[in-house]
Amino acid sequence: MSFEQYQDVWVFVESFQGQPKNVGLELLGQGRKLADGLKQKLCAVVIGKDVEASIQAANGAGADKIYVVQGDEYAHYSADGYGHVFLTLCEKYHPNTILVGATVNGRDLGSKIAVSLHTGLTADCTALSVEEETGNVVWERPAFGGNLYAQILCSETRPQMGTVRPGAFKKPVPDPENKAEVIREEIHTDKIRTQVLEFIKACDEGMIPVGEADVVVSGGRGMKNADNFALLQKLADLLGGTVGCSRAAVDSGWMPQSRQVGQTGTTVSPKIYIACGISGAVQHVAGMSESKTIVAINKDASAPIFEVADYCLVGDLFEIVPAIIKGLEARRQA
Amino acid sequence: MNIAVCMKQVPDTTEIKIDPVKNTLIRTGVPSIMNPFDRNALEAALQMKDEYGASVTVISMGPPQAKAVLREALSMGADKAYLVTDRAFGGSDTYATSYILSCTLKHLGPFDVVFGGKQAIDGDTGQTAPSIAEHLGLTRLTYVLDIKIQDGKAVARRQVEEGVEVIEAALPVLCTFMKESNKPRYATIKGKLDSFKADIPHVTLADMADIVDTAKIGLKGSPTKVKATFTPQRTANGVTIEGDPSTQAASLLDQLTAAKIL
Repeated sequence: MSFEQYQDVWVFVESFQGQPKNVGLELLGQGRKLADGLKQKLCAVVIGKDVEASIQAANGAGADKIYVVQGDEYAHYSADGYGHVFLTLCEKYHPNTILVGATVNGRDLGSKIAVSLHTGLTADCTALSVEEETGNVVWERPAFGGNLYAQILCSETRPQMGTVRPGAFKKPVPDPENKAEVIREEIHTDKIRTQVLEFIKACDEGMIPVGEADVVVSGGRGMKNADNFALLQKLADLLGGTVGCSRAAVDSGWMPQSRQVGQTGTTVSPKIYIACGISGAVQHVAGMSESKTIVAINKDASAPIFEVADYCLVGDLFEIVPAIIKGLEARRQA
Repeated sequence: MNIAVCMKQVPDTTEIKIDPVKNTLIRTGVPSIMNPFDRNALEAALQMKDEYGASVTVISMGPPQAKAVLREALSMGADKAYLVTDRAFGGSDTYATSYILSCTLKHLGPFDVVFGGKQAIDGDTGQTAPSIAEHLGLTRLTYVLDIKIQDGKAVARRQVEEGVEVIEAALPVLCTFMKESNKPRYATIKGKLDSFKADIPHVTLADMADIVDTAKIGLKGSPTKVKATFTPQRTANGVTIEGDPSTQAASLLDQLTAAKIL
């Protein structure tokens, strides 16, 4: 098949219990730019047991077409089930470009589709553009912990595919006037080799998820041990926020990965981000540089975190953080 | 039961620095380590060996120096180790790498379970292991916290964004593990001594000539191509708050209040 026969930019709109995840809608926003650049249509793919909320959201996010596959066997994600659906759709419609959110399941699905179609998949992209003369998408992604960025092309095969990090792009403002063509396909399978027996919802000990807090107080290698994070929790509580951490703190076993901010953790953009004892490796910065106000506290005046901070405090966090807590408490009482 | 663990030798990315003048990666002097998540995968395999009795085979694709991580795996309790190495494999992207590793597993196998880390800390793609599963047609479970075998099936707890799935999967299965999955054991002295003497055979293209499609390996067989690389630029424009800790704290709170941030 020639490249011209592969048409349209597809976005997988992943759902959880019938609700669309933000990343799929963010990708529809960015997918619109790619589709316009390629002069092709923007299509959403919705798979699930309950699909109406995701169809509505995909329409609002500006899709031209929405492919919908509904079935009881798709209540939970499975590589076998969702892969079967996606590959069947690809066989019928031959998409040019496929965008998938770099979620736990999205990364799994992306690799399944790419291997089956013998095509390239670029993981965890943070920026996307189109090379107009070739029609290749330029997939930009960090590597080596964000110390290096690479631009990747999939120039010899179609579809061209990438997974994109949640939060890398803004969710489009819903357009209630959009009228996507909804195409429902009956695709079923009894060849799903995995079965979800039980689902235990995360409660994370009552903490605010790090991606949803207005204030994030984050600690890194400079925290020295797990117990010292209680200090950050105290500050976070005073500010109505939550505690985050760098990868170093997770790798040291001080904090769970659910708290990790950065390229391999959660991307956050709170009103205030307070980085304590975090050197500011690019991978961390990539996950928090969109915060409205950044405060950095670090012993090392040359730490790269100070290059992105709005307020730079060079000194011992174990002296400065307690002083901030004391100051806040005094001001609250006054 | 036969278990294979796929692992990668990676540069310790926390040690990588940028040359401020040339704006390039400084890689000399950066230590090479076993990819941390692969260590969790190995621990999961060794726990299975402890519980059910199993043979644990570790494989790594890379240059001869990657034998260091295989030796370390042997010292922790793995039974066999193979280095997958050939000039023809160089330049492989995740598609080609996963294809070569899948051929290796076919060549050395069959295996009932294949384990790997959730991603490597240098490439950070998380694609290679699930792609191996696809090449081999295995059931796959990514981001696994723990796994047991019951009535010929795998029952695993799998971490997703919203919580934990308890999931049953048909064998053979490929699983990827993460930091939270377990606490990897240390090598014993005896294990270390034995690992120095251990033979680590090479698996080359010639060994697998009957199963490898050479159009799918190396730089030429990789569907993704690197167009350009660059190091990110950053600029400093923040306010530095000086003084002793209490002065710094008070000044910060004053400035945040004045800017209506607090």
